[in-house]
Amino acid sequence: MQQFAALLRKDNKPVRYLVVDDSVFARKNLIKMIEMFGGEVAGEAGDGLTAIAEYNRTKPDVVLMDITMPQMEGIEAVERIVRQHADARIVMVSSVGYQENILAALQKGAKHFVQKPVKPEVLYEILRYVLGDDPNAVGAPAVLAGEQRS
Amino acid sequence: MRMELIQPFINAADAVFAESLQAPTKIVDLSMDEETYRRKGVAALIAIKGDIEGRIILDLSPEVAIKIASQLSGAEVPESEQIVRETVCELANMVIGNSVTLLNDQGFKFKVFPPEVHVNTEGLGGDTETEAMVLCIETPCGNAYLNIAMHYLHRRRKERDAVPALD
Repeated sequence: MQQFAALLRKDNKPVRYLVVDDSVFARKNLIKMIEMFGGEVAGEAGDGLTAIAEYNRTKPDVVLMDITMPQMEGIEAVERIVRQHADARIVMVSSVGYQENILAALQKGAKHFVQKPVKPEVLYEILRYVLGDDPNAVGAPAVLAGEQRS
Repeated sequence: MRMELIQPFINAADAVFAESLQAPTKIVDLSMDEETYRRKGVAALIAIKGDIEGRIILDLSPEVAIKIASQLSGAEVPESEQIVRETVCELANMVIGNSVTLLNDQGFKFKVFPPEVHVNTEGLGGDTETEAMVLCIETPCGNAYLNIAMHYLHRRRKERDAVPALD
């Protein structure tokens, strides 16, 4: 199995993730990757409404958000989370990757987009980028200093 | 049935299984079918409506679904009907999502409906009169079947827009 240097917060603690997908199966797959990256699961949600509540409860460092979900879709959930928490880091994870979807998510405040099936090495690079976009917050220095991929 | 409509689904199915399982896959059988589809295991049917209309069925045996779920979650998964359904639906979503991305980028507009899982013994006809293409994909976890019935409803948006309006 491919190994990755741990993605850490500035305080050297594991990055905390909120995983949002209506498929338990997809969440498990993402959680497996989060563990490969040395992260910690702060919470899980199966729809957009629960994602908002879980975000407020857990205050994660990163959200991995599906788009097509029951009750409230991912793009609307992004908009609502970002409205309340302008610094939220949300990465969209969806099997539908056409430009309209990606643009809509980015316009609502998502930081990045990854298409399913998610390749661990692709998600890792995206997380590095997303965590490193604000030098005053979690991520980049610890990650870059500790980069050793085999 | 036009091959340009089918090819994205074939490519997506091959890529999704190969990337998900991190192993090579192979299309070992490809045939046309005019009969109502009889599922082989647990089948997820996804309907498409818009410039292109039709339906796609992904069909896996429960044993294959559990093997794939175990591989993807990195640990043995206990056999349960819910996990089998989840696995088939998520794989179908990935195959269809990747295919419609390709078709959308080519200018086709359509809506994709959530997967319906079928475990009964009735045939899956769908609402189109078109013949279906049936693919068997060989994976390290066992065979997966894809049944695609698709037809054009409208010309591509760009082509339609390019036609001058009549006075």
